Amino acid sequence: MRIGVFVCHCGSNIAGTVDCKAAAESALSLPDVVYATDLMYSCAEPGQAAIEKAIHDYALTGVVVASCSPRMHEPTFRRTVERAGLNRYMFEMANIREHVSWIGKDKVANTNKACELIAMAVAKLRNDRPLHSQSFDVTKKVLIIGGGIAGIQAALDCADGGIPVILVEREPTIGGKMAKLDKTFPTVDCSACILGPKMVDVAQHPNITLYACSEVEDITGYVGNFDVTIRKKTTYVDWDKCTGCGACTEKCPSKNVPDRFNENVGLTTAINIPFPQAIPKRASINPDYCRKLTTGKCGICAKICPTKAIDYERKDELINVKVGSVIAATGYDLMDWTVYEEYGGGRYPDVITSLQYERLLNASGPTGGHIKRPSDGKEPKRIVFIQCVGSRDKSIGRPLCSGFCCMYTAKQAVLTKDHIPDSQSYVFYMDIRAAGKLYDEFTRRAVEEYGTEYIRGRVSKIYPDGNGQLIVCGSDTLLGQRVEVPCDLVVLAVGINASKGASHLAEKLRISYDQYGFFLEGHPKLRPVETNTAGVFLAGVCQGTKDIPSSVAQGSAAAAKVLSLFARDKLENDPQIAHVNAARCVACGKCIRCCPFGAIREEEFRGQLKAKVIDTVCQGCGLCTATCPQGAIQLSHATDNEILAEVNQLCQF
Amino acid sequence: MQDTPLNIVQGRDLSFIREVEAESGQKVSNCYQCGNCSAGCPAAFTYDLQTNQIMRAVQLGLKDKVLNSKSIWMCLSCSTCSLRCPNNIDVANVMETLRHMARRENRVNVPVMNKFWLSFLNTVRAFGRSFEIGTMVLYMLRSLRLTTDVDLAPGALSKGKLGFKPHVVPDGGAKAVARIFRRYEERARREGVRP
Repeated sequence: MRIGVFVCHCGSNIAGTVDCKAAAESALSLPDVVYATDLMYSCAEPGQAAIEKAIHDYALTGVVVASCSPRMHEPTFRRTVERAGLNRYMFEMANIREHVSWIGKDKVANTNKACELIAMAVAKLRNDRPLHSQSFDVTKKVLIIGGGIAGIQAALDCADGGIPVILVEREPTIGGKMAKLDKTFPTVDCSACILGPKMVDVAQHPNITLYACSEVEDITGYVGNFDVTIRKKTTYVDWDKCTGCGACTEKCPSKNVPDRFNENVGLTTAINIPFPQAIPKRASINPDYCRKLTTGKCGICAKICPTKAIDYERKDELINVKVGSVIAATGYDLMDWTVYEEYGGGRYPDVITSLQYERLLNASGPTGGHIKRPSDGKEPKRIVFIQCVGSRDKSIGRPLCSGFCCMYTAKQAVLTKDHIPDSQSYVFYMDIRAAGKLYDEFTRRAVEEYGTEYIRGRVSKIYPDGNGQLIVCGSDTLLGQRVEVPCDLVVLAVGINASKGASHLAEKLRISYDQYGFFLEGHPKLRPVETNTAGVFLAGVCQGTKDIPSSVAQGSAAAAKVLSLFARDKLENDPQIAHVNAARCVACGKCIRCCPFGAIREEEFRGQLKAKVIDTVCQGCGLCTATCPQGAIQLSHATDNEILAEVNQLCQF
Repeated sequence: MQDTPLNIVQGRDLSFIREVEAESGQKVSNCYQCGNCSAGCPAAFTYDLQTNQIMRAVQLGLKDKVLNSKSIWMCLSCSTCSLRCPNNIDVANVMETLRHMARRENRVNVPVMNKFWLSFLNTVRAFGRSFEIGTMVLYMLRSLRLTTDVDLAPGALSKGKLGFKPHVVPDGGAKAVARIFRRYEERARREGVRP
């Protein structure tokens, strides 16, 4: 074997604390190394050209690059050696930046460690074997989980690109949080007016299949070929027959049902349609409140229904679909703000969330767009908005900024003035974060034109004065003065979490999530839409806090990723997967049980049962290799021999 | 922090905000409290409330806090604050307005400053231009601070900055200036403003 070693300076990133020239010279004494040099920037075009030239000039059969973490540039250098005619797996990388130069200042010690890492890489490379990918078919169909604005945008873009879309929504209607909003910042245009047409497009698009009131039960498979089970939860109404006429909702005698769509301000009936523009506009029964389902006596809706769509015996349905790619767009939920005892902990009816206030402002809301406070239905004249409730608060373990509260609070203050001209709004804030196109101008307008009083400071407590008013105690830190605001209504800008159940979905999708349940992107800057699971993409707030424009942009971005994935008819697998040595396998079945991907099955081989890896399903995690008592399963490119060669090399010192 | 919290609804004088805005021609709600006015103020070290706090107090309608402050009297009217305001608020004009309002309400919290100005204006009224020694003498008599800044006199005298005779304004200018004062006093009497 003829090995070439290239030690990268990475400008001064590595060369600052590692003697790269000396490291390259020491590599020349390693077995099979016929060429070694140092390069200024090996990933740059001249660096790659130098590697290619050396492969030709010295007839190299393997290459070691000692530079940065393989995470970013291993694919780069694999392509480089491939261009020069080598197999892309006859390449090893020694990480002498993150593991050496960035973490130590002692140049002698650093150089020694770099030499050791290079020696280990050479030792592994001497055991490497060329590997070859296999190609497989792609199911050109996409599953989109979540029918909020991000999911809707992704669905429409994919569908317009000719890809069949399966859109799964947990609630009885698509539209998500945006459907609950009255107006949107900073243009104060009507949310339903701009969202409604998109929702209708989803319903009418021939390429989109919508499953509302449904959840993803299970996902198996891999990029290009996912098998998905969708649970269509029963609504006790046959949606093929239901026309959304609403006759059932008028006659339903169970009228004291908390209205989930209206954020529980206001009541609805046990059988209901969430809102007039709902898509699909179909009735569904809340089984917890339906008299027929709880007591067995009623059945009025079934009698009244002109199309005989009501069926109290209806059960959940399971639907199996095959898709090639998945977009998660599961959105967010408000955090539980009742941990704030100082704001009443939920005991005061006139302390509400901003999303509840949004429903009070909305013409299709429980008050018909007239602001009436929950306790006595009176029109509030003085309204206090409190920002950063559950945001930027380490004391409750939530140091994150929820991102859009500053803007919607300014919007709600503006709308309040429009609804009640003789009202006065007060906003307690810490900072006004309005970093978007026309955003800061909008918050200034709320102050200068709409007379909103902004008071810089957090609120220490809220208490009722006994005469129907609430006293909000805070301080004006700009003036250095404690303040009290007697008011009629308090609106809390509550911080957000990932949607309820997001972590369970993440486990089904085999993607990572953070402490708030937000899904982890492939790279925070350069792979914001991808996940570390091939074929699974993210859109909207499920990935992190975002406003509507950003959610729409990410929805379109995720659709573009799907379309580029589906532009190829065949995909290639990663050959770094497990292989069974049939001679050693004793068919104990441990590997089958431990494989998280279901990639191993038993097969008959010359009359005996043996484990067999399904190449396209295996993700190369290595669990089976560690489990196999016989050492019969080996992970290509990380075999026992390859790893032991590295260890042996290190232990010589 | 003061002990009693300010009641944002009852403890505020909204008419005060309107008066200040009308009289100064400035919209105080345009102030977003960047602090540039306080940062550049050359008299800031003598202030009890910094310039941005004065503006904030005006925004909140805290009439007593503002009109009782020393800061409005220690302001030099140099207009650095107005020059630097990113929202183009003429902050010095607001300060001037506040001084006028305080005088009208007999709330001059730094009386020597008022005495100095009266002395200065007396000489302008008499001679049509400022008369430094005259101002000095009047101020000393009014304030009974007979030796204040005396140490500056030799230097000022030697440079000819303290003339013993008042400047003469040509073409009867002094009389014209005196007429301005008279008109102001008549209006003040008519409208009940303290001269």
